[in-house]
Amino acid sequence: MGPAVMSHVNHTVPVLPDGQLAPLARAYGAAVAAKRRQMVLGGAVFICAVLLAGLGAEVNPELFWDKLGNFFDYFVRLAYLDTGDPVWTDPAEWFWGLRKWARLLGETMLIAYIGTLTGAALAFCACFLCAANLTGSAVLRSMVRRLLEFCRTVPDLVFALIFVVAFGLGALPGILALTIHTAGALGKMFAEVVDNIDIKPVEGVAASGGSWFARVRFGVVPQVLANFVSYTLLRFEINVRGASVVGFVGAGGIGEELIVSIRKFYYADVSAILVLIVLCVMLIDVLTERLRHRLVRMEGGH
Amino acid sequence: MSRVVVPEYGWRTHGPAVAVLAVLMSVYAAGFVLLDIRFDRIWIGLARLGDIVLLMMPPNPETFSRFLVYLDALGQTLAIAFLGTITGALFAVPLGFLAARNIVTNRVVHFLARRSLDTVRSIDTLVWALIWINVVGLGPFAGALAIASADVCALAKLMSEAIETADRRAVEGVMASGGSRAAAIRFGIVPQVLPVFASQILYYIESNTRSATIIGIVGAGGIGLYLSEQIRVLEWQQVSFLILMVLVTVALIDAVSRMLRRAIIGRS
Repeated sequence: MGPAVMSHVNHTVPVLPDGQLAPLARAYGAAVAAKRRQMVLGGAVFICAVLLAGLGAEVNPELFWDKLGNFFDYFVRLAYLDTGDPVWTDPAEWFWGLRKWARLLGETMLIAYIGTLTGAALAFCACFLCAANLTGSAVLRSMVRRLLEFCRTVPDLVFALIFVVAFGLGALPGILALTIHTAGALGKMFAEVVDNIDIKPVEGVAASGGSWFARVRFGVVPQVLANFVSYTLLRFEINVRGASVVGFVGAGGIGEELIVSIRKFYYADVSAILVLIVLCVMLIDVLTERLRHRLVRMEGGH
Repeated sequence: MSRVVVPEYGWRTHGPAVAVLAVLMSVYAAGFVLLDIRFDRIWIGLARLGDIVLLMMPPNPETFSRFLVYLDALGQTLAIAFLGTITGALFAVPLGFLAARNIVTNRVVHFLARRSLDTVRSIDTLVWALIWINVVGLGPFAGALAIASADVCALAKLMSEAIETADRRAVEGVMASGGSRAAAIRFGIVPQVLPVFASQILYYIESNTRSATIIGIVGAGGIGLYLSEQIRVLEWQQVSFLILMVLVTVALIDAVSRMLRRAIIGRS
Protein backbone atom coordinates (compact mmCIF):
# COMPACT_ATOMS: atom_id res chain seq x y z
CA MET A 1 0.00 0.00 0.00
CA GLY A 2 1.76 3.14 -1.18
CA PRO A 3 1.24 6.82 -0.45
CA ALA A 4 -0.82 7.14 -3.63
CA VAL A 5 -3.49 4.87 -2.20
CA MET A 6 -3.45 6.71 1.10
CA SER A 7 -4.02 10.09 -0.52
CA HIS A 8 -6.80 8.56 -2.57
CA VAL A 9 -8.45 7.36 0.66
CA ASN A 10 -8.08 10.81 2.16
CA HIS A 11 -9.88 12.41 -0.77
CA THR A 12 -12.87 10.11 -0.50
CA VAL A 13 -13.44 10.67 3.22
CA PRO A 14 -16.41 13.01 3.27
CA VAL A 15 -15.86 16.17 5.31
CA LEU A 16 -18.96 17.86 6.56
CA PRO A 17 -19.36 21.58 6.04
CA ASP A 18 -18.49 23.70 9.08
CA GLY A 19 -22.11 24.59 9.75
CA GLN A 20 -22.99 20.92 10.32
CA LEU A 21 -19.71 20.09 12.04
CA ALA A 22 -19.92 22.73 14.76
CA PRO A 23 -22.86 21.26 16.76
CA LEU A 24 -21.35 17.79 16.50
CA ALA A 25 -18.02 19.05 17.78
CA ARG A 26 -19.81 20.90 20.59
CA ALA A 27 -21.70 17.74 21.59
CA TYR A 28 -18.47 15.73 21.54
CA GLY A 29 -16.76 18.36 23.68
CA ALA A 30 -19.64 18.34 26.16
CA ALA A 31 -19.61 14.52 26.38
CA VAL A 32 -15.86 14.46 26.97
CA ALA A 33 -16.12 17.23 29.57
CA ALA A 34 -18.91 15.38 31.40
CA LYS A 35 -16.87 12.20 31.47
CA ARG A 36 -13.83 14.10 32.68
CA ARG A 37 -15.88 15.78 35.44
CA GLN A 38 -17.15 12.37 36.51
CA MET A 39 -13.59 11.00 36.57
CA VAL A 40 -12.32 13.94 38.66
CA LEU A 41 -15.20 13.60 41.11
CA GLY A 42 -14.73 9.83 41.41
CA GLY A 43 -10.99 10.32 41.83
CA ALA A 44 -11.52 12.90 44.58
CA VAL A 45 -13.90 10.59 46.48
CA PHE A 46 -11.44 7.74 46.06
CA ILE A 47 -8.48 9.78 47.36
CA CYS A 48 -10.53 10.95 50.34
CA ALA A 49 -11.44 7.31 51.09
CA VAL A 50 -7.78 6.26 50.86
CA LEU A 51 -6.69 9.07 53.20
CA LEU A 52 -9.43 8.23 55.67
CA ALA A 53 -8.52 4.56 55.55
CA GLY A 54 -4.87 5.46 56.02
CA LEU A 55 -5.82 7.37 59.15
CA GLY A 56 -7.92 4.47 60.38
CA ALA A 57 -5.24 1.87 59.76
CA GLU A 58 -2.66 4.04 61.55
CA VAL A 59 -0.44 4.13 58.49
CA ASN A 60 2.97 5.51 59.29
CA PRO A 61 5.09 6.01 56.15
CA GLU A 62 8.12 7.10 58.18
CA LEU A 63 8.05 3.93 60.25
CA PHE A 64 7.50 1.96 57.08
CA TRP A 65 10.61 3.37 55.37
CA ASP A 66 12.63 2.93 58.55
CA LYS A 67 11.60 -0.69 58.96
CA LEU A 68 11.35 -1.76 55.35
CA GLY A 69 14.90 -3.08 55.64
CA ASN A 70 13.70 -5.39 58.42
CA PHE A 71 11.17 -6.91 56.03
CA PHE A 72 13.85 -7.96 53.55
CA ASP A 73 16.15 -8.85 56.43
CA TYR A 74 13.48 -11.22 57.67
CA PHE A 75 13.50 -13.13 54.40
CA VAL A 76 17.28 -13.20 54.37
CA ARG A 77 17.24 -14.60 57.89
CA LEU A 78 14.74 -17.24 56.80
CA ALA A 79 17.47 -18.55 54.51
CA TYR A 80 20.04 -19.14 57.26
CA LEU A 81 20.39 -21.90 59.83
CA ASP A 82 21.20 -21.27 63.50
CA THR A 83 24.80 -22.18 62.70
CA GLY A 84 25.03 -19.23 60.31
CA ASP A 85 25.21 -21.34 57.15
CA PRO A 86 22.70 -20.88 54.35
CA VAL A 87 19.89 -23.43 54.60
CA TRP A 88 20.67 -25.18 51.32
CA THR A 89 24.14 -26.21 52.51
CA ASP A 90 22.66 -28.64 55.00
CA PRO A 91 19.16 -29.84 54.03
CA ALA A 92 19.19 -32.51 56.72
CA GLU A 93 19.66 -29.86 59.40
CA TRP A 94 17.13 -27.53 57.73
CA PHE A 95 14.41 -30.20 57.59
CA TRP A 96 15.38 -31.76 60.91
CA GLY A 97 11.73 -32.14 61.90
CA LEU A 98 10.57 -33.54 58.56
CA ARG A 99 8.96 -36.61 60.11
CA LYS A 100 6.85 -34.54 62.52
CA TRP A 101 6.04 -31.88 59.92
CA ALA A 102 5.05 -34.45 57.32
CA ARG A 103 2.66 -36.01 59.83
CA LEU A 104 1.20 -32.58 60.65
CA LEU A 105 0.87 -31.76 56.94
CA GLY A 106 -0.95 -35.04 56.42
CA GLU A 107 -3.25 -34.05 59.28
CA THR A 108 -3.79 -30.67 57.63
CA MET A 109 -4.77 -32.29 54.34
CA LEU A 110 -7.11 -34.71 56.08
CA ILE A 111 -8.76 -31.80 57.92
CA ALA A 112 -9.24 -30.05 54.58
CA TYR A 113 -10.47 -33.26 52.94
CA ILE A 114 -13.03 -34.20 55.58
CA GLY A 115 -14.15 -30.59 55.94
CA THR A 116 -14.60 -30.17 52.18
CA LEU A 117 -16.47 -33.44 51.69
CA THR A 118 -18.81 -32.95 54.65
CA GLY A 119 -19.41 -29.32 53.71
CA ALA A 120 -20.09 -30.29 50.10
CA ALA A 121 -22.58 -32.94 51.25
CA LEU A 122 -24.42 -30.35 53.36
CA ALA A 123 -24.35 -27.84 50.50
CA PHE A 124 -25.68 -30.55 48.16
CA CYS A 125 -28.67 -31.11 50.44
CA ALA A 126 -29.27 -27.40 50.94
CA CYS A 127 -28.96 -26.17 47.36
CA PHE A 128 -32.10 -27.93 46.08
CA LEU A 129 -34.08 -26.40 48.92
CA CYS A 130 -33.20 -22.84 47.97
CA ALA A 131 -33.69 -23.16 44.20
CA ALA A 132 -36.77 -21.29 43.00
CA ASN A 133 -37.44 -23.85 40.26
CA LEU A 134 -37.61 -26.81 42.65
CA THR A 135 -38.90 -25.61 46.00
CA GLY A 136 -42.24 -23.85 46.03
CA SER A 137 -42.20 -22.52 49.56
CA ALA A 138 -40.67 -19.04 49.55
CA VAL A 139 -40.29 -19.12 53.33
CA LEU A 140 -38.22 -22.32 53.29
CA ARG A 141 -36.12 -20.98 50.41
CA SER A 142 -35.24 -17.72 52.10
CA MET A 143 -34.56 -19.49 55.41
CA VAL A 144 -32.06 -21.85 53.79
CA ARG A 145 -30.49 -18.95 51.91
CA ARG A 146 -30.07 -16.87 55.09
CA LEU A 147 -28.52 -19.85 56.85
CA LEU A 148 -25.99 -20.39 54.06
CA GLU A 149 -25.20 -16.67 54.06
CA PHE A 150 -24.49 -16.81 57.78
CA CYS A 151 -22.25 -19.84 57.35
CA ARG A 152 -20.07 -18.21 54.72
CA THR A 153 -19.95 -14.68 56.15
CA VAL A 154 -18.59 -15.61 59.57
CA PRO A 155 -14.90 -16.34 58.91
CA ASP A 156 -13.83 -19.95 59.44
CA LEU A 157 -11.27 -18.90 62.04
CA VAL A 158 -14.01 -17.39 64.22
CA PHE A 159 -15.92 -20.67 64.05
CA ALA A 160 -12.66 -22.46 64.90
CA LEU A 161 -12.13 -20.24 67.95
CA ILE A 162 -15.63 -20.97 69.25
CA PHE A 163 -15.42 -24.69 68.45
CA VAL A 164 -12.11 -24.99 70.28
CA VAL A 165 -13.96 -23.89 73.41
CA ALA A 166 -16.82 -26.35 72.81
CA PHE A 167 -14.92 -29.40 71.48
CA GLY A 168 -11.48 -28.91 72.98
CA LEU A 169 -8.15 -28.57 71.17
CA GLY A 170 -7.42 -30.82 68.20
CA ALA A 171 -8.45 -31.51 64.64
CA LEU A 172 -12.19 -31.77 65.32
CA PRO A 173 -12.90 -28.01 65.74
CA GLY A 174 -10.82 -27.32 62.63
CA ILE A 175 -12.81 -29.83 60.60
CA LEU A 176 -16.13 -28.45 61.82
CA ALA A 177 -15.12 -24.85 61.13
CA LEU A 178 -14.09 -25.70 57.57
CA THR A 179 -17.23 -27.80 57.12
CA ILE A 180 -19.55 -24.95 58.03
CA HIS A 181 -17.71 -22.39 55.94
CA THR A 182 -17.60 -24.78 52.99
CA ALA A 183 -21.30 -25.55 53.28
CA GLY A 184 -22.06 -21.84 53.11
CA ALA A 185 -19.72 -21.03 50.22
CA LEU A 186 -20.51 -24.11 48.12
CA GLY A 187 -24.23 -23.93 48.91
CA LYS A 188 -24.40 -20.54 47.21
CA MET A 189 -22.49 -21.72 44.14
CA PHE A 190 -24.47 -24.96 43.89
CA ALA A 191 -27.73 -23.04 44.16
CA GLU A 192 -26.68 -20.78 41.29
CA VAL A 193 -25.98 -23.85 39.15
CA VAL A 194 -29.36 -25.36 40.01
CA ASP A 195 -31.08 -22.06 39.21
CA ASN A 196 -29.70 -22.20 35.68
CA ILE A 197 -30.58 -25.80 34.74
CA ASP A 198 -32.69 -26.86 31.80
CA ILE A 199 -36.11 -27.41 33.40
CA LYS A 200 -37.41 -29.80 30.71
CA PRO A 201 -36.00 -33.07 32.16
CA VAL A 202 -37.48 -32.11 35.54
CA GLU A 203 -40.87 -31.55 33.93
CA GLY A 204 -40.51 -34.85 32.12
CA VAL A 205 -40.00 -36.73 35.38
CA ALA A 206 -42.86 -34.81 36.98
CA ALA A 207 -45.15 -35.60 34.03
CA SER A 208 -44.47 -39.33 34.37
CA GLY A 209 -45.48 -39.13 38.01
CA GLY A 210 -42.12 -38.76 39.70
CA SER A 211 -41.91 -37.55 43.29
CA TRP A 212 -39.87 -34.52 44.35
CA PHE A 213 -36.90 -36.78 45.08
CA ALA A 214 -37.23 -38.54 41.72
CA ARG A 215 -37.31 -35.15 40.00
CA VAL A 216 -34.15 -34.05 41.77
CA ARG A 217 -32.40 -37.41 41.32
CA PHE A 218 -33.18 -37.97 37.62
CA GLY A 219 -33.99 -34.47 36.39
CA VAL A 220 -31.50 -32.23 38.16
CA VAL A 221 -28.53 -34.22 39.47
CA PRO A 222 -27.30 -35.52 36.08
CA GLN A 223 -27.22 -31.93 34.79
CA VAL A 224 -25.35 -30.39 37.70
CA LEU A 225 -23.05 -33.11 39.02
CA ALA A 226 -19.99 -32.25 36.89
CA ASN A 227 -20.24 -28.59 37.89
CA PHE A 228 -20.66 -29.51 41.55
CA VAL A 229 -17.57 -31.72 41.50
CA SER A 230 -15.55 -28.98 39.81
CA TYR A 231 -16.59 -26.39 42.43
CA THR A 232 -15.85 -28.86 45.23
CA LEU A 233 -12.34 -29.44 43.89
CA LEU A 234 -11.76 -25.68 43.78
CA ARG A 235 -12.99 -25.43 47.35
CA PHE A 236 -10.63 -28.22 48.40
CA GLU A 237 -7.71 -26.11 47.18
CA ILE A 238 -8.92 -23.17 49.25
CA ASN A 239 -9.52 -25.37 52.28
CA VAL A 240 -5.99 -26.82 52.22
CA ARG A 241 -4.79 -23.24 52.61
CA GLY A 242 -7.36 -22.62 55.33
CA ALA A 243 -6.47 -25.82 57.19
CA SER A 244 -2.83 -24.72 57.32
CA VAL A 245 -3.80 -21.78 59.55
CA VAL A 246 -6.62 -23.13 61.75
CA GLY A 247 -3.80 -24.44 63.93
CA PHE A 248 -3.09 -20.79 64.86
CA VAL A 249 -6.03 -20.99 67.26
CA GLY A 250 -5.37 -24.59 68.32
CA ALA A 251 -7.63 -26.35 65.85
CA GLY A 252 -5.16 -28.92 64.51
CA GLY A 253 -2.80 -29.24 61.58
CA ILE A 254 0.57 -27.66 60.90
CA GLY A 255 -0.52 -24.12 61.85
CA GLU A 256 0.35 -24.49 65.51
CA GLU A 257 3.92 -25.55 64.71
CA LEU A 258 4.20 -22.63 62.27
CA ILE A 259 2.95 -19.94 64.64
CA VAL A 260 5.21 -21.18 67.42
CA SER A 261 8.27 -21.05 65.12
CA ILE A 262 7.36 -17.55 63.95
CA ARG A 263 6.75 -16.26 67.48
CA LYS A 264 9.97 -17.78 68.81
CA PHE A 265 12.05 -16.62 65.82
CA TYR A 266 13.17 -20.11 64.72
CA TYR A 267 13.86 -18.74 61.25
CA ALA A 268 15.08 -21.94 59.61
CA ASP A 269 12.04 -23.84 60.92
CA VAL A 270 9.70 -21.15 59.58
CA SER A 271 11.19 -21.37 56.11
CA ALA A 272 11.20 -25.18 56.16
CA ILE A 273 7.52 -25.34 57.16
CA LEU A 274 6.57 -22.65 54.64
CA VAL A 275 8.39 -24.53 51.87
CA LEU A 276 6.52 -27.71 52.80
CA ILE A 277 3.15 -25.91 52.86
CA VAL A 278 3.80 -24.21 49.51
CA LEU A 279 4.86 -27.51 47.91
CA CYS A 280 1.80 -29.24 49.31
CA VAL A 281 -0.60 -26.52 48.15
CA MET A 282 0.96 -26.45 44.69
CA LEU A 283 0.72 -30.23 44.39
CA ILE A 284 -2.96 -30.11 45.31
CA ASP A 285 -3.49 -27.21 42.87
CA VAL A 286 -1.93 -29.12 39.98
CA LEU A 287 -3.81 -32.34 40.77
CA THR A 288 -7.22 -30.71 41.13
CA GLU A 289 -6.66 -28.58 38.03
CA ARG A 290 -5.91 -31.71 36.01
CA LEU A 291 -9.01 -33.41 37.41
CA ARG A 292 -11.15 -30.39 36.61
CA HIS A 293 -9.89 -30.25 33.02
CA ARG A 294 -10.65 -33.95 32.60
CA LEU A 295 -14.12 -33.32 34.00
CA VAL A 296 -14.75 -30.51 31.54
CA ARG A 297 -13.63 -32.76 28.69
CA MET A 298 -15.92 -35.56 29.87
CA GLU A 299 -18.80 -33.13 29.97
CA GLY A 300 -17.96 -31.94 26.46
CA GLY A 301 -17.91 -35.56 25.25
CA HIS A 302 -21.53 -36.21 26.20
CA MET B 1 -47.15 -50.69 20.81
CA SER B 2 -43.43 -50.99 20.99
CA ARG B 3 -41.77 -52.33 24.07
CA VAL B 4 -40.04 -49.87 26.30
CA VAL B 5 -36.31 -50.49 26.12
CA VAL B 6 -34.81 -50.23 29.54
CA PRO B 7 -31.15 -49.25 29.30
CA GLU B 8 -28.85 -51.68 31.00
CA TYR B 9 -27.56 -50.48 34.32
CA GLY B 10 -24.93 -52.40 36.14
CA TRP B 11 -21.23 -52.63 36.77
CA ARG B 12 -20.44 -51.70 33.19
CA THR B 13 -22.05 -48.26 33.49
CA HIS B 14 -21.74 -47.58 37.19
CA GLY B 15 -18.59 -49.52 38.06
CA PRO B 16 -16.07 -46.66 37.77
CA ALA B 17 -18.31 -44.23 39.65
CA VAL B 18 -18.83 -46.73 42.46
CA ALA B 19 -15.09 -47.39 42.64
CA VAL B 20 -14.29 -43.67 42.89
CA LEU B 21 -16.95 -43.25 45.55
CA ALA B 22 -15.57 -46.20 47.51
CA VAL B 23 -12.06 -44.73 47.48
CA LEU B 24 -13.36 -41.31 48.55
CA MET B 25 -15.37 -42.80 51.39
CA SER B 26 -12.56 -45.03 52.65
CA VAL B 27 -10.15 -42.07 52.78
CA TYR B 28 -12.90 -40.20 54.62
CA ALA B 29 -13.32 -43.00 57.16
CA ALA B 30 -9.55 -43.43 57.50
CA GLY B 31 -9.31 -39.72 58.23
CA PHE B 32 -11.64 -40.08 61.20
CA VAL B 33 -9.49 -42.90 62.59
CA LEU B 34 -6.14 -41.16 61.91
CA LEU B 35 -7.29 -37.87 63.42
CA ASP B 36 -8.70 -39.77 66.39
CA ILE B 37 -12.19 -38.31 66.15
CA ARG B 38 -14.57 -40.17 68.40
CA PHE B 39 -18.30 -39.79 68.26
CA ASP B 40 -18.71 -39.41 72.00
CA ARG B 41 -16.52 -36.30 71.78
CA ILE B 42 -18.71 -34.93 69.00
CA TRP B 43 -21.88 -35.41 71.08
CA ILE B 44 -20.40 -33.84 74.21
CA GLY B 45 -19.06 -30.95 72.13
CA LEU B 46 -22.40 -30.41 70.40
CA ALA B 47 -24.17 -30.27 73.75
CA ARG B 48 -21.63 -27.70 74.95
CA LEU B 49 -22.02 -25.76 71.71
CA GLY B 50 -25.77 -25.67 72.31
CA ASP B 51 -25.15 -24.17 75.75
CA ILE B 52 -22.83 -21.58 74.22
CA VAL B 53 -25.44 -20.58 71.64
CA LEU B 54 -28.03 -20.17 74.42
CA LEU B 55 -25.58 -18.05 76.41
CA MET B 56 -25.05 -15.87 73.33
CA MET B 57 -28.67 -14.73 73.37
CA PRO B 58 -29.39 -11.88 73.28
CA PRO B 59 -26.37 -10.15 71.72
CA ASN B 60 -25.38 -7.39 74.09
CA PRO B 61 -22.34 -5.09 74.36
CA GLU B 62 -23.35 -4.23 77.99
CA THR B 63 -22.21 -0.60 77.96
CA PHE B 64 -22.50 2.08 75.32
CA SER B 65 -18.84 3.02 75.65
CA ARG B 66 -17.84 -0.52 74.81
CA PHE B 67 -20.11 -0.36 71.76
CA LEU B 68 -18.17 2.73 70.66
CA VAL B 69 -14.88 0.88 71.15
CA TYR B 70 -16.16 -1.96 68.97
CA LEU B 71 -17.40 0.50 66.36
CA ASP B 72 -13.96 2.08 66.25
CA ALA B 73 -12.37 -1.35 65.80
CA LEU B 74 -14.83 -2.11 63.03
CA GLY B 75 -13.85 1.11 61.27
CA GLN B 76 -10.25 0.04 61.59
CA THR B 77 -11.13 -3.33 60.04
CA LEU B 78 -12.73 -1.60 57.06
CA ALA B 79 -9.75 0.71 56.69
CA ILE B 80 -7.39 -2.28 56.72
CA ALA B 81 -9.40 -4.10 54.09
CA PHE B 82 -9.74 -1.07 51.80
CA LEU B 83 -6.19 0.19 52.05
CA GLY B 84 -4.70 -3.31 51.86
CA THR B 85 -6.64 -4.17 48.72
CA ILE B 86 -5.86 -0.88 46.98
CA THR B 87 -2.15 -1.17 47.78
CA GLY B 88 -2.12 -4.79 46.65
CA ALA B 89 -3.91 -3.89 43.41
CA LEU B 90 -1.41 -1.10 42.72
CA PHE B 91 1.43 -3.61 42.69
CA ALA B 92 -0.65 -6.33 41.05
CA VAL B 93 -1.32 -4.37 37.83
CA PRO B 94 2.28 -4.38 36.52
CA LEU B 95 2.79 -7.97 37.68
CA GLY B 96 -0.43 -8.98 35.93
CA PHE B 97 0.81 -7.52 32.65
CA LEU B 98 4.13 -9.29 33.15
CA ALA B 99 2.44 -12.65 33.63
CA ALA B 100 0.08 -12.33 30.65
CA ARG B 101 1.07 -14.44 27.66
CA ASN B 102 -0.10 -11.92 25.07
CA ILE B 103 1.98 -9.08 26.57
CA VAL B 104 5.20 -10.86 27.49
CA THR B 105 5.66 -13.40 24.74
CA ASN B 106 8.86 -14.83 26.19
CA ARG B 107 7.86 -18.28 27.43
CA VAL B 108 10.52 -18.44 30.15
CA VAL B 109 9.53 -15.09 31.64
CA HIS B 110 5.87 -16.05 31.49
CA PHE B 111 6.49 -19.40 33.16
CA LEU B 112 8.64 -17.89 35.91
CA ALA B 113 6.17 -15.08 36.55
CA ARG B 114 3.23 -17.49 36.80
CA ARG B 115 5.08 -19.95 39.04
CA SER B 116 6.32 -17.29 41.44
CA LEU B 117 2.82 -15.80 41.64
CA ASP B 118 1.48 -19.26 42.50
CA THR B 119 4.17 -19.80 45.12
CA VAL B 120 3.61 -16.56 46.99
CA ARG B 121 -0.16 -16.94 46.62
CA SER B 122 -0.15 -20.08 48.76
CA ILE B 123 1.05 -18.13 51.83
CA ASP B 124 -1.96 -17.18 53.91
CA THR B 125 -2.83 -13.63 54.99
CA LEU B 126 -2.33 -14.59 58.63
CA VAL B 127 1.23 -15.73 57.98
CA TRP B 128 1.92 -12.42 56.23
CA ALA B 129 0.41 -10.65 59.24
CA LEU B 130 2.79 -12.43 61.61
CA ILE B 131 5.75 -11.49 59.40
CA TRP B 132 4.70 -7.82 59.14
CA ILE B 133 4.14 -7.67 62.90
CA ASN B 134 7.81 -8.56 63.27
CA VAL B 135 8.66 -5.68 60.93
CA VAL B 136 6.37 -2.76 61.87
CA GLY B 137 5.04 -3.94 65.24
CA LEU B 138 1.54 -4.86 66.43
CA GLY B 139 -1.40 -2.88 65.07
CA PRO B 140 -3.57 -2.22 62.03
CA PHE B 141 -0.67 -1.03 59.86
CA ALA B 142 0.75 -4.56 59.91
CA GLY B 143 -2.72 -5.85 59.02
CA ALA B 144 -3.05 -3.58 55.99
CA LEU B 145 0.41 -4.61 54.79
CA ALA B 146 -0.47 -8.28 55.27
CA ILE B 147 -3.66 -7.96 53.21
CA ALA B 148 -1.70 -6.12 50.53
CA SER B 149 1.04 -8.77 50.38
CA ALA B 150 -1.41 -11.64 50.25
CA ASP B 151 -3.46 -9.91 47.54
CA VAL B 152 -0.71 -8.85 45.18
CA CYS B 153 -0.20 -12.31 43.75
CA ALA B 154 -3.80 -13.46 43.81
CA LEU B 155 -4.96 -10.28 42.06
CA ALA B 156 -2.03 -10.34 39.62
CA LYS B 157 -3.01 -13.84 38.56
CA LEU B 158 -6.66 -12.87 38.02
CA MET B 159 -5.60 -9.73 36.14
CA SER B 160 -3.21 -11.64 33.89
CA GLU B 161 -6.05 -14.01 33.03
CA ALA B 162 -8.30 -11.04 32.20
CA ILE B 163 -5.57 -9.61 29.96
CA GLU B 164 -5.08 -12.92 28.19
CA THR B 165 -8.77 -13.21 27.37
CA ALA B 166 -8.96 -9.64 26.03
CA ASP B 167 -10.17 -9.35 22.44
CA ARG B 168 -7.19 -9.41 20.02
CA ARG B 169 -8.94 -7.42 17.31
CA ALA B 170 -8.57 -4.09 19.12
CA VAL B 171 -4.81 -4.68 19.42
CA GLU B 172 -4.56 -5.66 15.76
CA GLY B 173 -6.48 -2.52 14.80
CA VAL B 174 -4.02 -0.27 16.64
CA MET B 175 -1.03 -2.15 15.20
CA ALA B 176 -2.48 -2.01 11.67
CA SER B 177 -2.87 1.75 11.80
CA GLY B 178 0.82 2.02 12.68
CA GLY B 179 0.69 2.12 16.50
CA SER B 180 3.63 0.90 18.55
CA ARG B 181 3.36 -2.04 20.97
CA ALA B 182 2.97 0.39 23.85
CA ALA B 183 0.13 2.13 22.00
CA ALA B 184 -1.45 -1.25 21.27
CA ILE B 185 -1.48 -2.05 24.97
CA ARG B 186 -2.64 1.44 25.99
CA PHE B 187 -5.47 1.75 23.45
CA GLY B 188 -6.11 -1.91 22.55
CA ILE B 189 -6.00 -3.71 25.89
CA VAL B 190 -6.28 -1.25 28.77
CA PRO B 191 -9.79 0.01 27.88
CA GLN B 192 -10.98 -3.61 27.69
CA VAL B 193 -9.50 -4.80 30.97
CA LEU B 194 -9.99 -1.74 33.18
CA PRO B 195 -13.65 -2.47 34.08
CA VAL B 196 -12.73 -6.11 34.73
CA PHE B 197 -9.91 -5.00 37.04
CA ALA B 198 -12.25 -2.64 38.88
CA SER B 199 -14.78 -5.38 39.38
CA GLN B 200 -12.09 -7.79 40.61
CA ILE B 201 -10.76 -5.20 43.06
CA LEU B 202 -14.26 -4.57 44.38
CA TYR B 203 -14.73 -8.29 44.88
CA TYR B 204 -11.45 -8.43 46.78
CA ILE B 205 -12.41 -5.51 49.01
CA GLU B 206 -15.55 -7.47 49.85
CA SER B 207 -13.73 -10.68 50.65
CA ASN B 208 -10.95 -8.85 52.50
CA THR B 209 -13.49 -7.29 54.84
CA ARG B 210 -13.95 -10.86 56.02
CA SER B 211 -10.19 -11.56 56.20
CA ALA B 212 -9.62 -8.29 58.06
CA THR B 213 -12.01 -9.37 60.81
CA ILE B 214 -9.78 -12.31 61.72
CA ILE B 215 -6.42 -10.67 61.25
CA GLY B 216 -6.76 -9.16 64.73
CA ILE B 217 -6.58 -12.65 66.22
CA VAL B 218 -2.81 -12.59 65.74
CA GLY B 219 -2.60 -8.93 66.80
CA ALA B 220 -2.74 -7.06 63.50
CA GLY B 221 -5.55 -4.65 64.39
CA GLY B 222 -9.28 -4.47 63.83
CA ILE B 223 -12.23 -6.16 65.42
CA GLY B 224 -10.62 -9.62 65.52
CA LEU B 225 -8.63 -8.65 68.59
CA TYR B 226 -11.83 -8.07 70.61
CA LEU B 227 -13.49 -11.11 69.09
CA SER B 228 -10.74 -13.50 70.17
CA GLU B 229 -10.40 -11.75 73.53
CA GLN B 230 -14.09 -12.08 74.32
CA ILE B 231 -14.14 -15.72 73.21
CA ARG B 232 -11.18 -16.42 75.47
CA VAL B 233 -12.88 -14.92 78.53
CA LEU B 234 -16.18 -16.63 77.54
CA GLU B 235 -18.23 -13.41 77.36
CA TRP B 236 -20.66 -14.98 74.90
CA GLN B 237 -23.14 -12.11 74.66
CA GLN B 238 -20.32 -9.80 73.62
CA VAL B 239 -19.12 -12.41 71.12
CA SER B 240 -22.51 -12.68 69.48
CA PHE B 241 -22.80 -8.88 69.38
CA LEU B 242 -19.42 -8.63 67.65
CA ILE B 243 -20.41 -11.33 65.14
CA LEU B 244 -23.63 -9.46 64.48
CA MET B 245 -21.68 -6.26 63.82
CA VAL B 246 -19.46 -8.13 61.36
CA LEU B 247 -22.48 -9.63 59.58
CA VAL B 248 -24.17 -6.24 59.20
CA THR B 249 -20.98 -4.62 57.94
CA VAL B 250 -20.28 -7.35 55.41
CA ALA B 251 -23.86 -7.11 54.13
CA LEU B 252 -23.49 -3.31 53.78
CA ILE B 253 -20.17 -3.61 51.94
CA ASP B 254 -21.69 -6.25 49.65
CA ALA B 255 -24.58 -3.95 48.81
CA VAL B 256 -22.33 -0.94 48.13
CA SER B 257 -19.95 -2.95 45.99
CA ARG B 258 -22.83 -4.47 44.01
CA MET B 259 -24.04 -0.93 43.30
CA LEU B 260 -20.58 0.23 42.26
CA ARG B 261 -20.03 -2.82 40.10
CA ARG B 262 -23.28 -2.20 38.29
CA ALA B 263 -22.25 1.43 37.74
CA ILE B 264 -18.85 0.40 36.36
CA ILE B 265 -20.13 -2.32 34.07
CA GLY B 266 -22.98 -0.12 32.93
CA ARG B 267 -20.61 2.67 31.96
CA SER B 268 -18.17 0.60 29.93
